[in-house]
Amino acid sequence: MDIVVCVKQIPDPADPGELNPETKTLKRDMKLIMDESDSYGVEMALQLRDAAGEGEVTLVSMAPHEEVNGLRSGLAMGADKAILVSDEALAGSDALGTAKVLAAAIGRTQADLVLAATESSDGYTGTVPEQIAELMGLPSVTFAKEIKTEDGEVLVKRQTEAGYDEVRCPMPAVVSVTAGVVEPRYPSFKGIMAAKSKPMDQVSVSDLGIQADKVGWAGAGQEITDVSPAPEREAGEIITDEGEGHQNIVALLEELRIV
Amino acid sequence: MGTIWVYAEASDGKVASITLEMLSRARELSDTVEAVVGGAGEPVAAELGAYGASTVHATGDLNGGLAGPAVASAMAEAITAGAAPDAILFGTTYDGRDVAGRLSVKLNAPVITNVVELQSEGGSLVGTEPVFGGTVNVRTRFSGTAVRLFLIRPKSFAAEESGGGPATVSTLAVPDLGVTGTARVVDCFAEESTGPKLDEAGVVVSGGRGLGEAEKFAMIEELAKLLGGAAGASRAIVDAGWVPYSHQVGQTGKVVKPDVYLACGISGATQHMVGMKGSKTIIAINKDAEAPIFGVADLGIVGDVHKVLPKLIEALQARS
Ligand SMILES: Cc1cc2nc3c(=O)[nH]c(=O)nc-3n(C[C@H](O)[C@H](O)[C@H](O)COP(=O)(O)OP(=O)(O)OC[C@H]3O[C@@H](n4cnc5c(N)ncnc54)[C@H](O)[C@@H]3O)c2cc1C
Ligand SMILES: Nc1ncnc2c1ncn2[C@@H]1O[C@H](COP(=O)(O)O)[C@@H](O)[C@H]1O
Repeated sequence: MDIVVCVKQIPDPADPGELNPETKTLKRDMKLIMDESDSYGVEMALQLRDAAGEGEVTLVSMAPHEEVNGLRSGLAMGADKAILVSDEALAGSDALGTAKVLAAAIGRTQADLVLAATESSDGYTGTVPEQIAELMGLPSVTFAKEIKTEDGEVLVKRQTEAGYDEVRCPMPAVVSVTAGVVEPRYPSFKGIMAAKSKPMDQVSVSDLGIQADKVGWAGAGQEITDVSPAPEREAGEIITDEGEGHQNIVALLEELRIV
Repeated sequence: MGTIWVYAEASDGKVASITLEMLSRARELSDTVEAVVGGAGEPVAAELGAYGASTVHATGDLNGGLAGPAVASAMAEAITAGAAPDAILFGTTYDGRDVAGRLSVKLNAPVITNVVELQSEGGSLVGTEPVFGGTVNVRTRFSGTAVRLFLIRPKSFAAEESGGGPATVSTLAVPDLGVTGTARVVDCFAEESTGPKLDEAGVVVSGGRGLGEAEKFAMIEELAKLLGGAAGASRAIVDAGWVPYSHQVGQTGKVVKPDVYLACGISGATQHMVGMKGSKTIIAINKDAEAPIFGVADLGIVGDVHKVLPKLIEALQARS
């Protein structure tokens, strides 16, 4: 079974960077890492590949500055190869532009299954996986909390308001996974060393047959007009519990007429 | 402003609160508000009408198909055939994102996501979205001429009835979906829940990793019950498998705005706070005086949940 996993490379959330005041987009000149949200998809893909006993896991990422650090992390976990789309023309791409590029890159493979995260940690539009599916003309299941494959179909437990739905979908298909679907492994030292020599295919926008003015700034159909700090909530009273802290809570609940 | 479409969601004949919120805001921004539902129109026509929809375009039963491809194709077909909504509002929900994503490709139109405020500027809608965990707000407008698609965060607007009569039901045909429509729901499972729903409760008591172990979540449930509220959780303990995902509060969970939010053993990560910062009163218990949650708490108790919670439960039991 051949699986493609979308891996977004993002700034370390512990150091999220800032908006460029001129272009009003995220500054992206620091080193990027694999979005933790995508580590679940990578782990899921490795488990499905190993359960099938054959096939390859290919990572696909679109990132500026030829960044491969996050892809290396996924290769170190055990993925077989990676495709990186990196191009000046991609700066400023919105979700739809990103999906067009990723769909074209994925189209170069023969995937039975395309995995992505339900939403990225920094962009969290949550629309890219479904846009990829539509662009590729594939069925899709989003919000998977469990995935199995059986007779050419993927069986997904899909999160719902009330609980979950069991969904059956013929492959090839796109599935987006939630955090916690599996426990991502830590790369071993051997894995980290092996990752260095795994195939890393770098492609440009024109390699994908996409016109540069359809993506990036030129293609983004939206623009930020204003950036302002959100109103802050003021902190109230802080009390150290000396055994009677619960009384303060009861008193406040009384004042608010909750009890 | 011309016509706004609202993607309407319902379960068991009851319209979702996010839908009512969007209808209420759409009414203030536009003269004509219409709903689009992936399912039967009749059961929801009265409620949708009461919140301002004049028409509900209904696909009829999807027969186990997912909303994403079906509703997006139906909308795209109607738009190609001449329907001309200026904007379409979707809730940031499981199906809302699917429909918006599919439709954006069909119309080659971008989606503005995570919107918490909508305004009309120069005859066009502009969205406001929080970024960096809610510390910064950005306003975004569309530059092209395609239909404006917005994904709206729950609890962004108040739901208020307009007093309108039932919406007129009109049929929205779903074209042949080909292979994109082949995913099928074969079974539905509901997690048991008692008491008020998390996103509708007046009081929410949430627990985090500071509880130490799964069994201690019983204290959170007990307290929620005593206060007539709902029990919530941080993602840390959802991922750890202590409680189901339906309890999760935050960016990737539920947005709650209760009268009182009680955070127990929760650090206050930005992704948690975007889901509860709108609560009227926030009470936090955490043993670390430096925990970020104290930055938004009206009352903060620096203390051990294993000491404070049992006493609090006892004190409340003694009163009831
Ligand atoms: C893309 C993305 C989306 C996310 N979405 C969400 C989301 O929707 N919701 C969410 O909650 N998180 C979300 N997170 C995770 C978030 O970043 C935090 O990791 C999470 O909220 C932490 O949960 P916690 O506060 O329970 O745990 P911790 O951060 O580990 O905090 C535990 C707290 O308990 C305190 N404590 C320990 N022992 C005691 C004791 N005995 N008595 C009192 N206090 C004690 C500690 O001082 C600490 O402050 C998301 C993260 C990402 C990257
Ligand atoms: N630039 C990218 N490169 C690779 N995958 C991406 C990229 N952007 C988004 N994705 C995938 O789509 C998911 C959802 O992203 P988003 O729609 O931005 O929330 C991410 O978690 C990734 O799996």
